[in-house]
Amino acid sequence: MPDAQIFSGAFAEPVFAAQSVFRTVMDCMARPGTIGTIAAAARPPQPLGAAAGAIALTLCDHDTPVWLTPQLSKSKLPGWLAFHAGAAVTVEKQDARFAFVEKGAVVPGFGLFAQGTQEYPDRSATLVVEIESFEGGRPLVLTGPGIRDEAVVAPQGLPETFVALAGANRAMFPRGVDLILVAGDRILCLPRTTVINNREA
Amino acid sequence: MTTAASELATYNFAYLDEQTKRMIRRAILKAIAIPGYQVPFASREMPMPYGWGTGGVQVTAAILGPEDVLKVIDQGADDTTNAVSIRAFFQKVANVAVTTRTRAATIIQTRHRIPEEKLTTGQTLVYQVPIPEPLRFLEPRETETRKMHALEEYGLMHVKLYEDIARNGHIATTYAYPVKVEGRYVMDPSPTPKFDNPKMHMSEALQLFGAGREKRIYAVPPHTEVVSLDFEDHPFEVQSFDKPCGLCGAENVYLDEVVLDDRGGRMFVCSDTDHCEDRRAHGHCGTMLAYGKEAAR
Repeated sequence: MPDAQIFSGAFAEPVFAAQSVFRTVMDCMARPGTIGTIAAAARPPQPLGAAAGAIALTLCDHDTPVWLTPQLSKSKLPGWLAFHAGAAVTVEKQDARFAFVEKGAVVPGFGLFAQGTQEYPDRSATLVVEIESFEGGRPLVLTGPGIRDEAVVAPQGLPETFVALAGANRAMFPRGVDLILVAGDRILCLPRTTVINNREA
Repeated sequence: MTTAASELATYNFAYLDEQTKRMIRRAILKAIAIPGYQVPFASREMPMPYGWGTGGVQVTAAILGPEDVLKVIDQGADDTTNAVSIRAFFQKVANVAVTTRTRAATIIQTRHRIPEEKLTTGQTLVYQVPIPEPLRFLEPRETETRKMHALEEYGLMHVKLYEDIARNGHIATTYAYPVKVEGRYVMDPSPTPKFDNPKMHMSEALQLFGAGREKRIYAVPPHTEVVSLDFEDHPFEVQSFDKPCGLCGAENVYLDEVVLDDRGGRMFVCSDTDHCEDRRAHGHCGTMLAYGKEAAR
């Protein structure tokens, strides 16, 4: 039955689940390179994964227009977000406070989303991007606030041009978008302050 | 959980409704992503007056979970009115475990001090902030201060510190001493004594700042550069004290002056009560404490 996908799959205990998911996201945002685990389960309609769905339930509501990839827009997800979070889907990337990209989908250029303004850099989008895994990819060296010395991660499934995209995003500081990468039930945050480089061989 | 649940019946967990928490949580995430930048947020009325830490309370309520252990300090002390009432508030509305021990706490809400003990990974320090805008007393218009932050135009702040030197021969600002975060935003560290400024630099703990009346949240992530503004020929210095703590003998800590009588008697004791108690429990003894012990005999 199609509607079951829309009307079920939210948190069993919304208050405590949202708190636990938020704390994981907050800790990861404060310590880029640290991989956190989303403990509370949500069941969003396919193809969005459980952890990205949990982040949506935790942070999105009627104040936050959400942008979805074409594939997610065609799924039951817009209805699910509307029913459980009260969040509206927008087709305009500039209007979105959050954007969700499922595993394997094309990641749009960061510059297409709201960057905030020089006076209000907080009015920018947060991108939630599902990737294959946090291991086995090309090693990236992270430096910046929240990182003692440096952190090395090797996410698999990011676009080829990711380092250049992130570099351009960093150069806009204090404007820019913030990223939450998701693989399975694990997340990694890359706020706009993080400097990302390929590890030299 | 049954008794706790019945006591909580009239409030959501941690007092705030879920939509408010989401709004504050989004502000906190952006604040962390832009260290030192003041994120506007839709501050709510709280069951306590402005000036009593409504900003800090809202931040704490938005991040607090059932697993947390909360410590609340007011000018370093766990046992003053503001600290006691905020601690009682969260015990009532969130049934959260509380402590006075810095080491045992996961969230420390503070009014105007940073604990003497070094904070560690996994701890979050929540500041209560009265005036979040460091440029406010120099430029009253929000539109202008916002532009100054946007253009990184902080000359006025250096003029203010210079005028201090011109008038007094040294930088006379002793609290709410402006800092620059990660080389970009000038930030008000809330009215902590400048003694505490060096503790913000490269801290292991996440630092969140909430200003309720002024409706701003800002943050300093761990391992972030926090530099107190100064001049090459007038470098930043913290307060120093002539005598150690009268009760525990601690040196290089921030001391409060306590007036003892109306004949000029006074003593200086640790402002951080937990630090002082912990030292005394470990056998450290200040001059006034020894006197007290003898008098008791």
